[in-house]
Amino acid sequence: MGLLSLAIWTPIAFGALLLAIGRDEHARAVRWLALVGALIGFLVTLPLYDGFKLGTAAMQFVEKADWIERFNVHYHLGVDGISFWFVPLTAFITVVVVIASWESITERVNQYMGAFLILSGLMIGVFSALDGILFYVFFEATLIPMYLIIGIWGGPNRIYAAFKFFLYTLLGSLLMLIALIYLYNQSGGSFDIATWHQLPLSGRAQTLLFFAFFAAFAVKVPMWPVHTWLPDVHVEAPTGGSAVLAAIMLKLGAYGFLRFSLPIAPDAARQWAWLMIALSLIAVIYVGLVAMVQKDMKKLVAYSSVAHMGFVTLGFFIFNDLGVSGGIVQMIAHGFVSGAMFLSIGVLYDRVHSREIAAYGGVVNTMPNFTAFVLLFAMANCGLPGTAGFVGEWMVILGAVKANFWIGLAAATALIFGAAYTLWMFKRVYLGPVGNDNVKGLTDIDSREFLVLAVLGIAVLAMGLYPRPFTDVMDASVAELLKHVALTKLN
Amino acid sequence: MIDNISWLAIYPEIVLLTMACVIALVDLGVHSPRRTSTYVLTMLTLAVVAALQAMYASSGNTFYGFGNMVVSDAMGNWLKCFATVAMMVTLVYGRPYAADRDMLRGGELFTLSMFALLGMFIMISGNNFLVIYLGLELLTLSSYALVALRRDNATATEAAMKYFVLGAMASGFLLYGLSMVYGATGSLDIGQVFKAVNSGQIKHQVLVFGLVFVVAGLAFKLGVVPFHMWIPDVYQGAPTAVTLMIGGAPKLAAFAITVRLLVDGLLPLAIDWQQMLAVLAIGSLLVGNLAAIAQTNLKRMLAYSTISQMGFVLLGLMSGVINGNVDATAVENAYSASMFYVITYVLTTLAAFGVILLLAREGFESEEISDFAGLNQRSPLYAGVMAVCLFSMAGIPPLVGFYAKLAVLQALVASGQAIYIAMAVFAVIMSLIGAFYYLRVVKVMYFDAPLTATSVSAPVDVRVVLTINGALVLVLGLLPGGLMALCADAVVRALAT
Repeated sequence: MGLLSLAIWTPIAFGALLLAIGRDEHARAVRWLALVGALIGFLVTLPLYDGFKLGTAAMQFVEKADWIERFNVHYHLGVDGISFWFVPLTAFITVVVVIASWESITERVNQYMGAFLILSGLMIGVFSALDGILFYVFFEATLIPMYLIIGIWGGPNRIYAAFKFFLYTLLGSLLMLIALIYLYNQSGGSFDIATWHQLPLSGRAQTLLFFAFFAAFAVKVPMWPVHTWLPDVHVEAPTGGSAVLAAIMLKLGAYGFLRFSLPIAPDAARQWAWLMIALSLIAVIYVGLVAMVQKDMKKLVAYSSVAHMGFVTLGFFIFNDLGVSGGIVQMIAHGFVSGAMFLSIGVLYDRVHSREIAAYGGVVNTMPNFTAFVLLFAMANCGLPGTAGFVGEWMVILGAVKANFWIGLAAATALIFGAAYTLWMFKRVYLGPVGNDNVKGLTDIDSREFLVLAVLGIAVLAMGLYPRPFTDVMDASVAELLKHVALTKLN
Repeated sequence: MIDNISWLAIYPEIVLLTMACVIALVDLGVHSPRRTSTYVLTMLTLAVVAALQAMYASSGNTFYGFGNMVVSDAMGNWLKCFATVAMMVTLVYGRPYAADRDMLRGGELFTLSMFALLGMFIMISGNNFLVIYLGLELLTLSSYALVALRRDNATATEAAMKYFVLGAMASGFLLYGLSMVYGATGSLDIGQVFKAVNSGQIKHQVLVFGLVFVVAGLAFKLGVVPFHMWIPDVYQGAPTAVTLMIGGAPKLAAFAITVRLLVDGLLPLAIDWQQMLAVLAIGSLLVGNLAAIAQTNLKRMLAYSTISQMGFVLLGLMSGVINGNVDATAVENAYSASMFYVITYVLTTLAAFGVILLLAREGFESEEISDFAGLNQRSPLYAGVMAVCLFSMAGIPPLVGFYAKLAVLQALVASGQAIYIAMAVFAVIMSLIGAFYYLRVVKVMYFDAPLTATSVSAPVDVRVVLTINGALVLVLGLLPGGLMALCADAVVRALAT
């Protein structure tokens, strides 16, 4: 069994085990088992970094076996510089979520932990699948645990949110399925994604394929105007669900653009880049403004996620190496930062059971340690140099200026909105005199919460101060991708 | 004309018929209220028959018996094998339910279901219009009686009445159509009919007229729009165990006669019947999915969902021949996709109804969707089985229903025709609507609070079979290759002759 298979199936096996054995009487044992599973799942991803060869765009750690012979579908895994970092990132966030949900989940603990572990394995599967159907299976299967997580452990309006999440994303993916089948027939019976990259396609076919993939990935990212499910879902989802959703699941969509849309339909991608850039800029600017007026902290961070993901798609569709690598770096950074933001909100919610900004004020007086962490994450969310949030945004803006000054200018000014809503929220929740009795009664974070936030804080700082390991890995693959996109596939 | 090989073709049928009669006689002496000895005998017989069929099927040989009246080929034998297993599973799930409702008093449940199964066998292996019709009548007459088994129950009686009237009409349609085809071609033998039609010497008009009635009759049996009206009423009205009996295995037989009549016999007319199937398929997808949303009764919802699922089967059947060109790969893809769809549909339906049967207690039917509230808290296992089935029917990977839809969509898209691709997109959008009502049941089971805290208990055999059944929906989803290859191989062999 290869490393990637281990990374996928270890958490799934542990998750299945939890579902099979756990009862709420054994909640303690269940939590520890979940933690062990998540940790092993994370540890098996570490040798990947060690073995990853730099300077090549080839797929690494490739595993290939027959799966459905009748349709020439293979169990085909591998990672390149584009997908590599998401494997350990997913496993890492899973560990964090397991620890963060340690006490806040008391009912059906085994199902909760099991769902997260299975989800983790499935998402790693998405990032490492090199076969169209395998990709689709993993991509779609993530809906089931997420639907249950939102619906069972979510807030008062959770059922609406769970349905909206499922049906929105399903519609997009179903159109992608048709595209996959079409490509299978065009390529003479192959579901191999690399083969599709080389497939000559007419302009009309490329446009249709591009929009079929767009339906799947834009909804998942989510891009404006199909982003409306995200705030609803974030508000209702439990803390761990929000963290995984923002940190990893949104990346599945962005990743899809790089793996499918750009290389399979390069002509269409170039032809429609203006649309994608326009939608990304709207996300960055307009959604940033929307975030500013939110009263609910989670909603604010959710809109801020849409805006930050706008940078990612913007970077992709300006077609230069700074832009694309910047987009990928931004994806990873946003994984850490948004995960941390949602977990911080969870810390407050566990104590006060409210996410209204107005219900707080002056938290720094009662929770100084916690506030220090939140300040770090808020700064990262604004894109302060030295934090993870800076690197990606800076690269994207640089790339955008290189491509077109006005696009770069628009994106750069939008950063101000990001700083504005983040800092304003920080001020209203954490600074000033103690706002009310709720805040007065707050206790500072315990060692478990400290651990979670510290680990994320280190990640945010490390990535901000020394982003080379991230960019080094992706350079060759990004260059190869751009070279490929620049060539026409029309015949 | 009765030679050795003739008998060989129908050994399993002979075993089944003999044992059905023996068991009917033995049952006279059985007085236990749960009919344990009858039950055990029945299960043993079915197990032997299933093993026989599997043996025949895996040998892959095709042979004819009784002057071409019946055929034993890989497709038919596999379908018969699966139908037998489905009937066994149905009886395991249905027996406690039937016992609670005094439906085992006379033991007819077992003998009638065996006769129904025999009817399916004859339908599946019929190679002659009359034989197919005989099998069909044996199946439906047994089913009418099964639906009316609770004769003191008004809804069941009403359902039986509706089923009988509409079923008789359907048989009439089919018979009328077949007689017209006979009139035009001068033969009841499917092979002869094919030759006659293929010669191009037959008057097209008469044939097409007959074809319309044949397709209408088949549509009744498959339960597709606009001949679907009996499905919701009968599914809902029949005792749940019987619902499963008419909603499970017979779909395999209906698929078989559709292939035998339309593909084996009337393939040269594909361009005509494909248009009819297209209309039926679109109607079924539309009506089935939209009407299912409005249902509060789970059995009725599953009935409408069946209608939409059968729409998918038809989509597969109509994509085998493109523009009148018979292409071997397209034929194989299309019909094996349909076969795979039907088999996995039956597998999933069995488990879904199994959970309904399990939850039904004496005097309480557990068929409203709200009865499933909080099932996850009462029994995570059964909620899990049900959820797996529902997600599978909605076509979410990695469950087997996804691959069924994938295979059908592949067959559609492979045709390269814009209209077929448009139908694929339509089917996909309809599945999205379908996902909504399947999800709603999952929602009730997982998100709502339970009405009672009692945990669910079940006899050990039910528990084991149900767990295996649910696990199969998942395992076949992870490894669908084998069953897909089996279907493809069976279809190729069946159509090669």
